[in-house]
Amino acid sequence: MIEFYIDGHSGVPPYMQIVQQVRRALKLGLLFEGDQLPTVKEVVGHLAINPNTVSKAYRELEHEGLVSGRAGVGTFIAKSLNESTAALGPLRHDLQRWVAAAREAGLDDDSIEALVRECFRSTSGTVVA
Amino acid sequence: MLSVNLGDGSGVSAVLATEALTKRYRRHDALSDCSLEIPEGHVVGLVGPNGSGKSTLLNLAAGLIRPTSGTVRVLGETPAASPAQLSKVGFVAQNTPTYEGLSVSDHLRFGAHTNPGWDHSLAQRRIAQLGLDLTRRAGKLSGGQRAQLALTLAIAKRPDVLLLDEPVAALDPLARREFLQILMETVADHQVSVILSSHLVADVERVCDYLVILISSRVQLAGEVDELLASHHRLVGPREGVAAAPENQVIVDSSYTERQATLLVRSDGPITDPAWIVEAVSLDDLVLGYMSQGKRGGGPATAPEIPR
Repeated sequence: MIEFYIDGHSGVPPYMQIVQQVRRALKLGLLFEGDQLPTVKEVVGHLAINPNTVSKAYRELEHEGLVSGRAGVGTFIAKSLNESTAALGPLRHDLQRWVAAAREAGLDDDSIEALVRECFRSTSGTVVA
Repeated sequence: MLSVNLGDGSGVSAVLATEALTKRYRRHDALSDCSLEIPEGHVVGLVGPNGSGKSTLLNLAAGLIRPTSGTVRVLGETPAASPAQLSKVGFVAQNTPTYEGLSVSDHLRFGAHTNPGWDHSLAQRRIAQLGLDLTRRAGKLSGGQRAQLALTLAIAKRPDVLLLDEPVAALDPLARREFLQILMETVADHQVSVILSSHLVADVERVCDYLVILISSRVQLAGEVDELLASHHRLVGPREGVAAAPENQVIVDSSYTERQATLLVRSDGPITDPAWIVEAVSLDDLVLGYMSQGKRGGGPATAPEIPR
């Protein structure tokens, strides 16, 4: 069973922190298909956060097809995510080459990060939400 | 979820609806022209500096005081209009008052006697969970235990809405966390709406999904926390860019150096102007931004409308 935590200083909305923690646990192979997530009441009693926050996180995960809720029973992992790492290889390779090129062009890490964020914004507009 | 329409024709039922609500004491307004419509099913955080009207609003909602003008409705009814209305509202006043000389079990008996919908098994479960000795007098309890006892009494009447005035202000961090855990478990179990005042923004950020900022007796901002956070941004850019800030933005707060401008803005759409570095804001930034605006006398004239 996974245990959530909330970082009050991260600037990431609490519901998104829960979503990210589930995604990360899936990618790291800590959660598998069929595993049960803690109930809303368990999370709320542990973290002292708003139940709607947990419900919203679980809805988001359900929307992404990562979990499914069974009425009166709980929320379960719908699929394991390890296979997606296969797609990461080429992307990582491209990104490494791009980062090297950016450094060669004289950008430091902060500038690179700012540029990436700027591109996130200009290409999608809605990164979170 | 509760969706009883109480026949006043308002359609969507609001846990708290006020219109031009004003409370005046002699010469000063404790609450001025407050218009809110808060839907059911939220945990509402009421924040603002001391003396900004938080307690006044809660006392009006609890029916302990009457408005000077304007209207206030809780779950569609005038507060304290009838015993039935009173039984729907759980209220814990500031400093979580208990009866010093009475034991814990006396408090439970008192609760059972005065509340028709009293859930005795719920009250006993809570007391057991808290590890409180039933024979102990309230005067001998710690601050945290007294707060928990007051909360237990309010919860066990099985209200539709809980009004809590600075419930955790006097508690140490551990007692505060325990109090909020119980409160949130109750919300999860019974779908009760909560309106709580606090000046501890970190707590509000954890437990509240709806925010009302009160400053100098006026509502500066109200809305769902997610929407408020999504519509506010911090912009950092060159000072001369300020005049050129796009039209769909309202500047809430600003600070300047010789060359740089740092703005807190409310914006309906994405900000694409490359002259500005755009950052997300935390609830803390938001509250402080509106508070410093209020302090400088920016006032409600420049405050953005409540998003619906």
